[in-house]
Amino acid sequence: MDFFSTLPLELMAASVAKTLFLVFLVVLPLVSYTVYAERRVSALIQDRLGPNRTGFPTSLLGFQKDLQLFLGGLGQPVADAMKFMLKEEFTPGHVNHFYFWLAPVLAMVPALSTLAVIPFGNFMFGHKMVVADVNVGILYVFAIASIGVYGIVIAGWASNSKYPFLGGIRASSQMISYELSLGLSAVPVLLIIGNLNLSDAIQYQVNNGWLLLPFTDGKLTAREMLLWIPLMISFVVFTISMFAETNRLPFDLPESETELVAGYHTEYSAMKFALFFLGEYAAMIAGSSLIVVLFLGGWHLPLLPINDIESSMTLSGSILGLVHITTFFAKVACILIFFIWVRWTLPRFRFDQLMKLGWLYLFEIALVNIFITAGILAATK
Amino acid sequence: MSPILFWILTILMLSFGASVVINRNPVASALSLVASFLCLASLFVGLDAFFIGVIQVLVYAGAVMVLFLFIIMLLDLKAENRRHFNKGALAGGALVTVGFVSQFLRVLESFKAGSKPFPALGAARIEDVRSVGNALFTDFTLPFQVVGVLVLVATIGVIVLSRRELK
Repeated sequence: MDFFSTLPLELMAASVAKTLFLVFLVVLPLVSYTVYAERRVSALIQDRLGPNRTGFPTSLLGFQKDLQLFLGGLGQPVADAMKFMLKEEFTPGHVNHFYFWLAPVLAMVPALSTLAVIPFGNFMFGHKMVVADVNVGILYVFAIASIGVYGIVIAGWASNSKYPFLGGIRASSQMISYELSLGLSAVPVLLIIGNLNLSDAIQYQVNNGWLLLPFTDGKLTAREMLLWIPLMISFVVFTISMFAETNRLPFDLPESETELVAGYHTEYSAMKFALFFLGEYAAMIAGSSLIVVLFLGGWHLPLLPINDIESSMTLSGSILGLVHITTFFAKVACILIFFIWVRWTLPRFRFDQLMKLGWLYLFEIALVNIFITAGILAATK
Repeated sequence: MSPILFWILTILMLSFGASVVINRNPVASALSLVASFLCLASLFVGLDAFFIGVIQVLVYAGAVMVLFLFIIMLLDLKAENRRHFNKGALAGGALVTVGFVSQFLRVLESFKAGSKPFPALGAARIEDVRSVGNALFTDFTLPFQVVGVLVLVATIGVIVLSRRELK
């Protein structure tokens, strides 16, 4: 029993508790309500109503109407989840079975794993609100995100039919291309912060103002105004690349329904399809969290006091900690709404246009931007 | 790093490595190699070498192997599945392996420094990214630049070769 006595049990329990909180109480509900928001916002943009009346199914028990306890159909995600679980789990005969079943898992796991290094709050009950506070934070996110391609590629290949295969090929070439501009556009931020740790990135923004809104600490220096220009460029490139990485419109070529039926998940049904769906939205949430952490100050809200490791044990400190966590996810929700708004506003790109944009414009802009940032940093040192 | 974790990861890594060779399906081999890389990366992380672990995943599992898989899928290698083991080659491979392992064991036996435990690191948080960067841009600037030129030459070579193919 020597092995178990050496384990840091308190630390492990805290990590497990944080992971469970993040995945089951925040991300999965956030995913289902993002899907709901997607449907309601698209309805708003197209001048429809959208799903607005799902309540308790009391009509199943012989009543005239369903009981409408949730306002505006907020019960819709629950109904959706029930539907996914109760549908027939069908595997077509022509697929490569093992890889066909493996692919949805490979699509889901990396998306959730990226969240491990995202600091989603300051302190609660004497613990830092990040599952793994590692010193390679952002590199870890890029590494795990690059693993996310496998789920889609394997799904397209194992389905053994042409539309999923084309979708898989498109997805992998698109994700490999845009990983470059995604990584390069984050470099200016890292140059300014001087560290790869994401908690330190937020701490820097608490002390010096958010990178995109440098006046949030109450003062605006000439250096901050000068640095704002490359940071804005890097924010735009990063956001566009994030759209391509998560296969969202205007870059949803891998699953463009007018040419490829549904792309790589054409042959999937029920819960296996739901896992792809979950993976896509979890990747969106991870990407939005990264944007919030790198450019929009993370959990920090100006003019609000900040708790520390001692005060987080008291009542007022815990309330502050909760406010920080809520602030973080409110910012993430704003970015998600932006993602949805873009999807229902812009038309789809052509595949050659997508590749041209990635390799000829965004990659070069991101590269030049690094030199501009480094020049400004060297000149104002 | 606890020894139990080390052995679990090592056995997983080696068995995935073996399955790269044993599997007849090229896609399965490529995926086994990815899994083997991931186990190796976890070994690095377990030894507190986060940077090299993450780079292992980012470069090999995330970039190189995705391209491998991409090409394998496009080639559609059905013939590979039907090929049988060549007994002569198998015996030759086994002979070479045994030779190398026995040689390796002899060298290990005489390497006394390897049996001593490594001294514990002082700092709680090691700035490994900073140290790697410092080493690259101070002590090893010239080799670093030479490697850069080498990669450039390789890139140009690939472009020249593929151009010739087109004509």
